[in-house]
Amino acid sequence: MASARKYPVGPLEYLRRWQMQAWLAAVGLFLYVPLIALMAFSFNDSRRNIVWKGFTLKYYDKAFHDASLIEAFGNSMTIAAVSTVVSLILGAMVALVLWRFRFPGKTVLDGALALPIVVPEICMGVAMLVFFARVMPWPQGLVWPLNLGAIIISHISFSFPFVAVVVRARMASFNREMEEAARDLGAGEWRTIVDVILPHMAPSLVAGALLAFTLSLDDFVITFFTAGPDTVTFPVKVYSMVRFSVTPEVNAASTILIVLTVILTAVALRLQGDPAVTAGHAPAADKS
Amino acid sequence: MSDKPPIITFENITKRFGKMVAVDNVSLSVQEGEFFSLLGPSGCGKTTLLRMLAGFETPTEGRILIDGEDISSVPPNKRPVNMVFQSYAVFPHMSVADNVAYGLKVDRVPAAERNRRVEEALELVQLGGLGGRKPDQLSGGQRQRVALARALVKRPRVLLLDEPLSALDAKLREQMRTELSTLQEKVGITFIMVTHDQDEALALASRCAVMNRGLLQQVASPNDLYEFPNSRFVADFIGTVNLFEGVLAVDEPDHAVIKSPEISTDIFLDHGVTGASGGVVWAAIRPEKIELHKRPEGSTAPSMGDAPPGANAVAGTIRHEAYLGGESIYEVEIGGGRRIKVKRSNLTRWDQEDFALGEAVWLCWHACSPAVLLS
Repeated sequence: MASARKYPVGPLEYLRRWQMQAWLAAVGLFLYVPLIALMAFSFNDSRRNIVWKGFTLKYYDKAFHDASLIEAFGNSMTIAAVSTVVSLILGAMVALVLWRFRFPGKTVLDGALALPIVVPEICMGVAMLVFFARVMPWPQGLVWPLNLGAIIISHISFSFPFVAVVVRARMASFNREMEEAARDLGAGEWRTIVDVILPHMAPSLVAGALLAFTLSLDDFVITFFTAGPDTVTFPVKVYSMVRFSVTPEVNAASTILIVLTVILTAVALRLQGDPAVTAGHAPAADKS
Repeated sequence: MSDKPPIITFENITKRFGKMVAVDNVSLSVQEGEFFSLLGPSGCGKTTLLRMLAGFETPTEGRILIDGEDISSVPPNKRPVNMVFQSYAVFPHMSVADNVAYGLKVDRVPAAERNRRVEEALELVQLGGLGGRKPDQLSGGQRQRVALARALVKRPRVLLLDEPLSALDAKLREQMRTELSTLQEKVGITFIMVTHDQDEALALASRCAVMNRGLLQQVASPNDLYEFPNSRFVADFIGTVNLFEGVLAVDEPDHAVIKSPEISTDIFLDHGVTGASGGVVWAAIRPEKIELHKRPEGSTAPSMGDAPPGANAVAGTIRHEAYLGGESIYEVEIGGGRRIKVKRSNLTRWDQEDFALGEAVWLCWHACSPAVLLS
């Protein structure tokens, strides 16, 4: 490192200029200080949670024994899991159709697919509310987890396009000769999908699943409009807790959620980094 | 060879994509054991023909027979042919051995036999011991060998090669050329290769089909294609050629003379021309068949001995020289702005110094050298 200093700063070595370094540091601070503060104050031994009074784990204990919080958390995880699986299947299939075939109305479908991504969430929320109130009322008083049906459906509707977009982008780099090679070597159509197309798609499926899961897990607006009185999700629960006061218990609950998301992301990145999964994009017309 | 039924027959194959005619009424047959090459400029329909044989395209009209059986309705995975793709299409998520084993696995070949055959195939393409590697740890040339082994391990009736050498650099291409032909001799499988590179086709193939704009132009051995082209397109596409448009002034059984306004000398031929019927003909002379001689002030045209004095010899001036090491290519102006390409081997280390830019020269050729083209 010390020897690198001897060389003058190159025209494209922006990161070796102090102005850029300062800017990066500022961005880092701006992004992470709130999160770190949130986590730190979850260990604060104070009801009011404004001044640091001392270290404690009692709010974690409290959060873990708060039955309604636990229930909301369970609901959220269930909704996220189910909507992820369905979005993944739906999204991947849409992506395959758009990648593979030409058909009338393809551009329309392509455009319509982006709608849930660009439409303001509040509009989606109202639309879902109207839909479940007028068009297809979701029966009340069902047993768990059927009572979550309305939320799950609305979550699928806004997260599967994200999966489709990610998978389609990945498929753009697929070398069609690979598929033909499998067919040529004796594989039927189904076998070709399983042996050649799916392995290529895998990283985008992981990324898409992660996106769908986190989107669902932290969605507040749309959930708020579709949730019944007896179906509370984690973000909605936190919101209602905050309305009374921001207690360290809320911080503790949020911290758990953050840690969970970070772990999930790390796992996904790890999987994506695996050369066995990601290796090989398009043709290899290259050096000897 | 010719009394055996052909292994592959294209019967009046036409392929249209919308309004575009990719392949236009092509009939062609390939004998067992041949190294057959489909040659033509890009977009001539050669790849489409190959893909129809593999089963990735269906002919609009006509039939394709393999061993006398119509395979038009057979899906690609059930055809007794295997293909080496232009991009090699080696599966990136499988090891080299798994790639080669793939076709056998799909066919449910028992593991013991499968492993043995994979091992053999890898040895055959000189990749023995690299079975555990992943494709991204291989060079381009090695990936191509994997693609070859993967296709050959299935012991196809016919191996199809789509521009097999186009992605390799010059040195490696030359090496793979030799290896491909040794490989074909060793396995004895019929090879059909698509290429736009005439050198590749001439060097490898036992027989070539030249295509242009979906039409079959000529099917012949490399030697015949080069020395006896049947049209200006083939003459020009295979190698380099000097073409002179003219009429047959004399046409006897044992000699003929072409007079062309493009060149001041008579083009004398030591054979008669059949089927000319007085129309326009073209004389095609290859650059290496023309001799260069110095032309001192006041000298007369040298005689080649097999043509009457004054014929097959023309005065010119060297206008351009391309020194290629082993040979030099001269562009010689013969009047009227017309330039002729002449190729000359650099037999000694001082050869290229003999003819400088602006030098006055005689160009002459033997009476057997020009090819007469009727179209």
